[in-house]
Amino acid sequence: MKQETFNRKHEDDWQLLQEGLQAIDESSARARSTKQDVSMLPRLYRNACHHLSLSRSRAYSPRLIDRLSRLVMKGHQALYTHRPNVWRGFVHFVTRDYPALVRQQWQFVAAASLLFFGSFLLMLLLVQLYPQMIYTVMDPWQVRSLEGMYSPEAHDRLGPSRDSENDFLMFGYYIKNNTGIGFQTFAGGLAFGLGTLFFLLYNGLVIGSIAGHLTGLGYIETFWGFVAGHSAPELTAIMLSGAAGLMLGWALIAPGNKSRLRALQDAGEQAVRIIYGAAILFFIAAFIEAFWSSMSWIEPTIKYVAGIILWVMLWAYLLMTGRPRAL
Amino acid sequence: MLDTIHAIETPEGVELGLRLSGIPARMLAWIIDSFIRLGLYIALSVGLAWADEFGLGLYLILVFLVEWFYPVFFEVLSDGMTPGKRALGISVIHANGTPVGWSASITRNLLRFIDFLPLFYVFGVASMMLNRRFQRLGDLVAGTLVIYREEKRTQPVIPDIPEIVPGFALQPAEAQAIVNFAERSGQISSERADELAATTGELIPANHPPARTLLGIARWILGN
Repeated sequence: MKQETFNRKHEDDWQLLQEGLQAIDESSARARSTKQDVSMLPRLYRNACHHLSLSRSRAYSPRLIDRLSRLVMKGHQALYTHRPNVWRGFVHFVTRDYPALVRQQWQFVAAASLLFFGSFLLMLLLVQLYPQMIYTVMDPWQVRSLEGMYSPEAHDRLGPSRDSENDFLMFGYYIKNNTGIGFQTFAGGLAFGLGTLFFLLYNGLVIGSIAGHLTGLGYIETFWGFVAGHSAPELTAIMLSGAAGLMLGWALIAPGNKSRLRALQDAGEQAVRIIYGAAILFFIAAFIEAFWSSMSWIEPTIKYVAGIILWVMLWAYLLMTGRPRAL
Repeated sequence: MLDTIHAIETPEGVELGLRLSGIPARMLAWIIDSFIRLGLYIALSVGLAWADEFGLGLYLILVFLVEWFYPVFFEVLSDGMTPGKRALGISVIHANGTPVGWSASITRNLLRFIDFLPLFYVFGVASMMLNRRFQRLGDLVAGTLVIYREEKRTQPVIPDIPEIVPGFALQPAEAQAIVNFAERSGQISSERADELAATTGELIPANHPPARTLLGIARWILGN
């Protein structure tokens, strides 16, 4: 068949497909509901695929092949796109898929916990035994300003440490700063896990030393009373970011019987889902830290209890939610 | 063949060629986006200055979102294009040719942190140069490509002249080359067109205008 005849025969169909795809494009930009009838699009698209193959094998003009290629490309993008129901996806993710994913990747969660909580507890203990150890991670100026922040006398003199407008400022600061650290901990996994290792150990050592130092000074109520509330979501979020980073690093170090690239892509798909949860936890932690932890008039005992309840709830959620029901 | 076309196959068994974007276009797009971000930061700091500490808190949250998720929002909600990419006519897609989704976009943009190291995308550029598909590290993990969008082309007009039947049978590839010539002949000078047409040798009988003869043959190939 000559090209012009071919053109004339199918031009209307191509035109129809073009318009249909355009309509989808425009409707998805504004709203999901397409008033137009789209039922004929798959058939037109398959025809266009067929025509493209034909025009290639018959060596029709490159322009025509080009035009059909673009048409097929557009159709392919429209027909094979994935438009998930975001809201339902989110609910399933939180109530079922996320804890299941964390348990499925338990090796990485365990390794990240060991690195982060391990270095934290180690320094907490060591600084009690050898108080000068604090100077291995912080310089004297930083230690001085830290002591000033949590000194009980300072709190007596100043009353409530900040007013409520200040709370929102700190909320923003915690979100930006802490979540950013979490994302960096994750991304660092791409350096064969070394970046993640660094962030986990560094944060564990510093936070542990601070806690140890202030405990040694006897600033129990001002320090532990302040951090108790948000400690569960915040520390767990850092640990989970680390677990996600380790997944990337491990895929590079030991890809198994996949290619490194393939292993990395598979690990990345799971790891980014771990990060979603970590980001939510960072947000919760920032909220608690800004609006609850800062309420210095609440009894420390209440804060301790609230903090412990949060730890239990969070880990009960991670360990027990979303298991398949027993028969 | 040495080129920057990445071929994908659709489930219908048709092969499509994607034109990969190289490093300069992506860099320019990034620079444009950086200026837009800078503008956003300035606008936010000016716009929220009246709200004191509350405004500063809100500013920090918004800066955080712009810092990490500016490319994500645009890539997912605006056909794979941030404003900078749109200006350069490039966009992000999955390696299988489907539009980029949340998961892949978030992955590639969180890992941007590593691509940026040690400074100004040294790792990212190294990865793009070592990679046949110009992917930075984030693209490798997320399985995404940056390609050129289709450019708008006008339908070619072949002058309406009588058909000429060639002296001998043409191979499909030869016929295609002739039609390609005819479709492009409007963009080149008539002298150059004659020069090119003359290279076909025996196809053009002596004392015939080369380009015009070839156009006539193209007319015959296309049919009516």
